Amino acid sequence: MKLGLVVDLDVCVGCHACAVSCKQWNTSGMSGALTDYNPYGEDPSGVWFNRVRSYEVGDYPQNKTINFPMSCMHCEQADCVDVCPTGASYKRVEDGIVLIDQDKCMGCNYCSWACPYGARELDRSTGTMKKCTLCLDRIYDERLEEVDRQPSCVITCPAHARHFGDFDDPDSNVSQLVRERGGYQLMPELGYSPTNRYLPPRVTRLIPTEDVSKKSLISSVKEWVNKMVER
Amino acid sequence: MHPAFSVIGFTVASGAGYGLFILLVLAEVYGFADIDVPVALSAGLLALVLISGGLLSSTLHLANPKQAWRAFFRFKTSWLSREGVFALVFYPLALLYLIGVYVNDAQANGLVAFVGLSAVVIALATVFSTGMIYGCLKTIRQWNTALTPTNYIVLALATGSVLLVLILAFAGKDSKTMAGIAIALLALGAMTKAIYYFWIRTVIGPTINTATGFTQGKVRLLDTGHTAGTFLTREFSYQAQHSLLTQLRIVVFALGFVLPIALLAFMILAWSSGWVALVGVFAMFAGITAERWLFFAEARHVVNLYHGAQHT
Repeated sequence: MKLGLVVDLDVCVGCHACAVSCKQWNTSGMSGALTDYNPYGEDPSGVWFNRVRSYEVGDYPQNKTINFPMSCMHCEQADCVDVCPTGASYKRVEDGIVLIDQDKCMGCNYCSWACPYGARELDRSTGTMKKCTLCLDRIYDERLEEVDRQPSCVITCPAHARHFGDFDDPDSNVSQLVRERGGYQLMPELGYSPTNRYLPPRVTRLIPTEDVSKKSLISSVKEWVNKMVER
Repeated sequence: MHPAFSVIGFTVASGAGYGLFILLVLAEVYGFADIDVPVALSAGLLALVLISGGLLSSTLHLANPKQAWRAFFRFKTSWLSREGVFALVFYPLALLYLIGVYVNDAQANGLVAFVGLSAVVIALATVFSTGMIYGCLKTIRQWNTALTPTNYIVLALATGSVLLVLILAFAGKDSKTMAGIAIALLALGAMTKAIYYFWIRTVIGPTINTATGFTQGKVRLLDTGHTAGTFLTREFSYQAQHSLLTQLRIVVFALGFVLPIALLAFMILAWSSGWVALVGVFAMFAGITAERWLFFAEARHVVNLYHGAQHT
């Protein structure tokens, strides 16, 4: 098996629900607490497995906002595992999930240097590295309904921008999505062969803006009144 | 990369220590310096102090040092583990050699020479591993070059040779041959460093386009998704001012290479005094510390692409 995620950049709305739900599930999961530093202060910070960034692609008017969620890619050629001196970082043979043994990690940060995707974050309170577990404690939990045996981020996503499955199975949902939509890997030139794939935005028509007529006097007054009236 | 002083101190001190030990053994076995028991023991002890101090300082940056003992068990894949193992194997060999020199009245022959040269090989392997810890990272193009381990080895030998000149000069021995070797090694170090600085000017590797997969147009960061810093920004986003980098490169060459070479030449030609060598040692360590600081400060991790950098 080669388990991983497909992220659909066409429909991601950048709501950060995946990141929040990931944090909620995993803070009481197998990697222990995802510590927050200064949570109610001026600069709240902390450990997250999932981060969403937003980019502008192209120049106006051919531009587009792309919301870009990133978590561990569970690379096939995982350098983070090879460089780990203690053996705390490992890749499971049976399903390809990359994990960190919290009891072995000495917190040297070296694996985070080897990761090009910023998937690993050090928890200062435990002194150990933490990362996405692909919700190992959900996807194999037989007490859950079959439909719930998916990573927390996938179940939560309100836009269905995230899909979980086995990339070794050519008929799985993720393999089909990658085939049909041209799913791609990030930074393939580095040779990490990340398992997770990203689906590019669909090609759509531009929404014309030149033919929008000027506002009439009456519509302007209406708009102003609407703004002034308290609801 | 964030220049952590514990790692800078470690690589500079332990590199000089290994270099000093290597040159001590070579000078004694092949007889290109007049080394008696006090010189051998003081040089050997200084080397061990520098190496041990460096190793201890390197554990300071561990967030969970109680698991550090596990670091010796991934020799097969991890350069960090290899460095640890080599560093550990070095100690008994080095101590045996120093005992042998003491017992044998500074005559390094037979078994003593064999143990000493074995320690030299292990010391070189340790310094090479230190370089490869950085050199093997595909995520940092400024490090992922054969010049990284080359620089580590050459600078370790150069700093060690100047320390040996210092000890010889204070012991009142003839230090001219050693000073000549030190000049050659410092010049070699200056050259490899110049090649390195020239090399990393060329931008290669991933860009924000390949990082996001949008290779057809301009990609700009709109929002990082967090208001305060994260582990990633603290660890990888360090960026020094360009003028500071340029000034420090001048410091590297002026203090690290030119001034020590001039002082060593002065020692050969005019006045072979330990105090001249001491000034050279201080200048050299200031320069090499600046070199190591720059090595980290100039390295740009590819994760910066996701935080808006167009290239690394």
